[in-house]
Amino acid sequence: MITIHVRLFAAHRDIVGRAEMTVQQETGATVGAVWERLVAEYPSLGRYTGRLLYAVNQQFAEPGAVLQDGDEVAIIPPVSGGARRIEPGQVCNRFNPL
Amino acid sequence: MQPFQPFVITAAPLDPAPLVAYAQTPDDGAVVTFAGVARNQFGGRSTAFLSYEAYAEMAVPVLARIAEEARARWPIGRVAIHHRIGTLEIGETAVLVVVAAPHRQEAFQAAAYIMDRIKEIAPIWKKEHWADGEAEWRHE
Repeated sequence: MITIHVRLFAAHRDIVGRAEMTVQQETGATVGAVWERLVAEYPSLGRYTGRLLYAVNQQFAEPGAVLQDGDEVAIIPPVSGGARRIEPGQVCNRFNPL
Repeated sequence: MQPFQPFVITAAPLDPAPLVAYAQTPDDGAVVTFAGVARNQFGGRSTAFLSYEAYAEMAVPVLARIAEEARARWPIGRVAIHHRIGTLEIGETAVLVVVAAPHRQEAFQAAAYIMDRIKEIAPIWKKEHWADGEAEWRHE
Protein backbone atom coordinates (compact mmCIF):
# COMPACT_ATOMS: atom_id res chain seq x y z
CA MET A 1 0.00 0.00 0.00
CA ILE A 2 1.08 3.58 -0.57
CA THR A 3 0.04 6.79 1.19
CA ILE A 4 -1.26 9.62 -1.00
CA HIS A 5 -1.94 13.17 0.11
CA VAL A 6 -4.97 14.59 -1.68
CA ARG A 7 -5.64 18.31 -2.14
CA LEU A 8 -9.17 19.51 -2.89
CA PHE A 9 -10.30 22.93 -4.03
CA ALA A 10 -13.34 25.12 -4.57
CA ALA A 11 -16.57 23.15 -5.02
CA HIS A 12 -14.79 19.86 -4.38
CA ARG A 13 -13.64 21.11 -1.01
CA ASP A 14 -17.19 22.17 -0.24
CA ILE A 15 -18.56 18.73 -1.23
CA VAL A 16 -15.99 16.75 0.73
CA GLY A 17 -15.83 19.20 3.63
CA ARG A 18 -12.05 19.16 3.71
CA ALA A 19 -9.20 20.76 1.77
CA GLU A 20 -6.78 17.89 2.36
CA MET A 21 -7.00 14.20 3.06
CA THR A 22 -4.67 11.24 3.20
CA VAL A 23 -5.65 7.97 1.53
CA GLN A 24 -4.10 4.52 1.27
CA GLN A 25 -3.97 3.10 -2.25
CA GLU A 26 -2.72 -0.14 -3.73
CA THR A 27 0.88 -0.06 -4.90
CA GLY A 28 0.84 0.95 -8.57
CA ALA A 29 -2.38 2.96 -8.20
CA THR A 30 -3.01 5.74 -10.71
CA VAL A 31 -4.22 9.29 -10.34
CA GLY A 32 -7.49 8.19 -11.92
CA ALA A 33 -7.92 5.54 -9.23
CA VAL A 34 -7.73 8.21 -6.54
CA TRP A 35 -10.46 10.18 -8.31
CA GLU A 36 -12.65 7.06 -8.68
CA ARG A 37 -12.28 6.40 -4.98
CA LEU A 38 -13.32 9.96 -4.15
CA VAL A 39 -16.36 9.70 -6.42
CA ALA A 40 -17.35 6.40 -4.80
CA GLU A 41 -17.20 8.05 -1.39
CA TYR A 42 -18.72 11.39 -2.48
CA PRO A 43 -21.02 10.65 -5.44
CA SER A 44 -21.81 14.31 -6.06
CA LEU A 45 -18.22 14.70 -7.28
CA GLY A 46 -19.10 12.43 -10.19
CA ARG A 47 -20.42 15.20 -12.40
CA TYR A 48 -16.88 16.57 -12.65
CA THR A 49 -15.49 13.38 -14.16
CA GLY A 50 -13.93 14.23 -17.52
CA ARG A 51 -13.82 17.95 -16.73
CA LEU A 52 -10.87 17.89 -14.39
CA LEU A 53 -7.18 18.43 -14.41
CA TYR A 54 -4.90 16.47 -12.15
CA ALA A 55 -1.53 17.31 -10.67
CA VAL A 56 1.02 15.16 -8.91
CA ASN A 57 3.51 17.06 -6.76
CA GLN A 58 2.41 20.35 -8.40
CA GLN A 59 2.94 19.09 -11.97
CA PHE A 60 0.05 18.41 -14.33
CA ALA A 61 -0.46 14.67 -14.71
CA GLU A 62 -2.54 12.32 -16.81
CA PRO A 63 -5.20 10.12 -15.20
CA GLY A 64 -3.03 7.11 -15.98
CA ALA A 65 0.01 8.43 -14.11
CA VAL A 66 1.24 5.87 -11.57
CA LEU A 67 1.66 7.18 -8.04
CA GLN A 68 4.54 6.74 -5.62
CA ASP A 69 4.32 6.57 -1.85
CA GLY A 70 4.01 10.08 -0.38
CA ASP A 71 2.85 11.79 -3.58
CA GLU A 72 0.58 14.81 -3.38
CA VAL A 73 -2.36 14.53 -5.77
CA ALA A 74 -4.30 17.71 -6.50
CA ILE A 75 -7.74 17.45 -8.01
CA ILE A 76 -8.23 20.58 -10.09
CA PRO A 77 -11.85 21.39 -10.89
CA PRO A 78 -12.59 23.49 -13.98
CA VAL A 79 -11.05 26.89 -13.35
CA SER A 80 -12.55 30.34 -12.98
CA GLY A 81 -15.15 31.00 -15.58
CA GLY A 82 -13.30 29.35 -18.44
CA ALA A 83 -15.69 29.03 -21.34
CA ARG A 84 -14.13 25.94 -22.91
CA ARG A 85 -15.31 22.52 -21.80
CA ILE A 86 -12.83 19.72 -21.28
CA GLU A 87 -13.86 16.64 -23.19
CA PRO A 88 -13.04 13.18 -21.82
CA GLY A 89 -9.77 12.02 -23.33
CA GLN A 90 -8.69 15.53 -24.28
CA VAL A 91 -7.44 16.49 -20.87
CA CYS A 92 -3.78 16.11 -21.63
CA ASN A 93 -3.89 17.99 -24.92
CA ARG A 94 -4.75 21.08 -22.98
CA PHE A 95 -1.42 20.98 -21.19
CA ASN A 96 0.66 20.55 -24.27
CA PRO A 97 -0.32 23.07 -26.91
CA LEU A 98 3.26 23.67 -28.03
CA MET B 1 12.73 46.43 -0.82
CA GLN B 2 12.06 43.03 -2.36
CA PRO B 3 12.92 42.47 -6.02
CA PHE B 4 9.96 42.54 -8.37
CA GLN B 5 8.34 39.16 -8.94
CA PRO B 6 6.75 38.80 -12.38
CA PHE B 7 4.43 35.92 -11.40
CA VAL B 8 2.49 36.39 -8.20
CA ILE B 9 -0.60 35.13 -6.37
CA THR B 10 -1.50 37.60 -3.64
CA ALA B 11 -4.25 38.60 -1.26
CA ALA B 12 -3.14 42.23 -1.52
CA PRO B 13 -4.79 44.74 -3.91
CA LEU B 14 -3.20 44.79 -7.37
CA ASP B 15 -1.45 47.82 -8.86
CA PRO B 16 -0.45 47.76 -12.54
CA ALA B 17 2.35 50.33 -12.19
CA PRO B 18 5.13 47.98 -10.99
CA LEU B 19 4.22 45.41 -13.65
CA VAL B 20 4.41 48.03 -16.40
CA ALA B 21 7.68 49.38 -15.01
CA TYR B 22 9.12 45.87 -15.08
CA ALA B 23 7.86 44.96 -18.57
CA GLN B 24 8.71 48.21 -20.35
CA THR B 25 12.23 48.24 -21.81
CA PRO B 26 13.82 50.11 -24.72
CA ASP B 27 13.69 46.90 -26.82
CA ASP B 28 9.91 46.95 -27.03
CA GLY B 29 7.62 49.43 -28.68
CA ALA B 30 4.41 48.12 -27.20
CA VAL B 31 3.27 47.36 -23.66
CA VAL B 32 -0.25 45.98 -23.23
CA THR B 33 -1.91 45.91 -19.82
CA PHE B 34 -4.99 43.78 -19.27
CA ALA B 35 -6.94 44.08 -16.03
CA GLY B 36 -9.69 41.66 -15.09
CA VAL B 37 -12.10 43.47 -12.79
CA ALA B 38 -14.79 42.20 -10.40
CA ARG B 39 -18.04 43.07 -12.12
CA ASN B 40 -21.29 44.08 -10.46
CA GLN B 41 -23.38 41.46 -12.26
CA PHE B 42 -23.17 38.22 -14.21
CA GLY B 43 -25.85 37.27 -16.70
CA GLY B 44 -28.08 39.99 -15.31
CA ARG B 45 -27.88 38.74 -11.70
CA SER B 46 -26.39 41.21 -9.24
CA THR B 47 -23.12 40.30 -7.60
CA ALA B 48 -22.26 41.43 -4.06
CA PHE B 49 -18.58 40.43 -4.10
CA LEU B 50 -16.22 37.74 -5.39
CA SER B 51 -13.79 35.42 -3.71
CA TYR B 52 -10.85 33.69 -5.35
CA GLU B 53 -8.94 30.65 -4.18
CA ALA B 54 -5.71 29.27 -5.63
CA TYR B 55 -3.49 26.25 -5.32
CA ALA B 56 -0.72 28.76 -4.85
CA GLU B 57 2.27 26.40 -4.85
CA MET B 58 1.26 25.30 -8.31
CA ALA B 59 -0.41 28.42 -9.67
CA VAL B 60 2.75 30.53 -9.65
CA PRO B 61 4.73 28.05 -11.80
CA VAL B 62 1.71 27.66 -14.09
CA LEU B 63 1.59 31.43 -14.66
CA ALA B 64 5.29 31.31 -15.62
CA ARG B 65 4.63 28.38 -17.92
CA ILE B 66 1.77 30.22 -19.65
CA ALA B 67 4.10 33.16 -20.29
CA GLU B 68 6.59 30.74 -21.87
CA GLU B 69 3.84 29.28 -24.05
CA ALA B 70 3.10 32.79 -25.32
CA ARG B 71 6.80 33.42 -25.89
CA ALA B 72 6.96 30.29 -28.05
CA ARG B 73 4.19 31.71 -30.26
CA TRP B 74 5.06 35.40 -30.58
CA PRO B 75 8.26 37.42 -30.37
CA ILE B 76 7.50 39.12 -27.08
CA GLY B 77 9.57 40.74 -24.37
CA ARG B 78 8.86 40.73 -20.69
CA VAL B 79 5.64 39.34 -19.21
CA ALA B 80 4.21 39.90 -15.74
CA ILE B 81 1.08 38.25 -14.34
CA HIS B 82 -0.35 38.97 -10.91
CA HIS B 83 -3.53 37.29 -9.68
CA ARG B 84 -5.49 38.26 -6.61
CA ILE B 85 -7.01 35.77 -4.17
CA GLY B 86 -9.34 36.22 -1.22
CA THR B 87 -12.35 38.51 -1.09
CA LEU B 88 -12.71 41.14 -3.83
CA GLU B 89 -15.17 43.98 -3.69
CA ILE B 90 -16.92 45.02 -6.88
CA GLY B 91 -14.60 47.13 -9.01
CA GLU B 92 -11.38 45.65 -7.64
CA THR B 93 -8.81 44.10 -9.94
CA ALA B 94 -8.67 40.31 -9.93
CA VAL B 95 -5.86 39.78 -12.44
CA LEU B 96 -3.24 41.83 -14.24
CA VAL B 97 -1.45 40.68 -17.39
CA VAL B 98 1.25 42.93 -18.81
CA VAL B 99 3.04 41.98 -22.03
CA ALA B 100 5.76 43.89 -23.84
CA ALA B 101 6.68 43.26 -27.47
CA PRO B 102 8.46 45.05 -30.30
CA HIS B 103 5.11 45.68 -31.99
CA ARG B 104 1.56 46.01 -30.72
CA GLN B 105 -0.01 43.10 -32.62
CA GLU B 106 2.15 40.55 -30.82
CA ALA B 107 1.58 42.22 -27.47
CA PHE B 108 -2.22 42.23 -27.90
CA GLN B 109 -2.31 38.66 -29.16
CA ALA B 110 -0.04 37.33 -26.46
CA ALA B 111 -2.01 39.10 -23.72
CA ALA B 112 -5.27 37.60 -25.02
CA TYR B 113 -3.69 34.16 -25.26
CA ILE B 114 -2.32 34.40 -21.72
CA MET B 115 -5.75 35.30 -20.32
CA ASP B 116 -7.39 32.40 -22.18
CA ARG B 117 -4.81 30.00 -20.83
CA ILE B 118 -5.15 31.32 -17.27
CA LYS B 119 -8.84 30.50 -17.47
CA GLU B 120 -8.05 27.05 -18.87
CA ILE B 121 -5.27 25.70 -16.70
CA ALA B 122 -4.24 28.02 -13.85
CA PRO B 123 -5.45 26.42 -10.60
CA ILE B 124 -7.39 29.50 -9.48
CA TRP B 125 -11.12 29.46 -8.78
CA LYS B 126 -13.72 32.19 -8.55
CA LYS B 127 -16.75 32.14 -6.28
CA GLU B 128 -19.58 34.47 -7.14
CA HIS B 129 -21.40 35.81 -4.09
CA TRP B 130 -24.75 37.04 -5.33
CA ALA B 131 -26.53 40.06 -3.94
CA ASP B 132 -29.42 37.78 -2.87
CA GLY B 133 -27.09 35.92 -0.49
CA GLU B 134 -26.43 32.79 -2.55
CA ALA B 135 -22.96 31.86 -3.70
CA GLU B 136 -21.51 29.49 -6.29
CA TRP B 137 -18.17 28.48 -7.71
CA ARG B 138 -17.85 29.48 -11.36
CA HIS B 139 -16.97 26.09 -12.75
CA GLU B 140 -19.22 26.01 -15.78
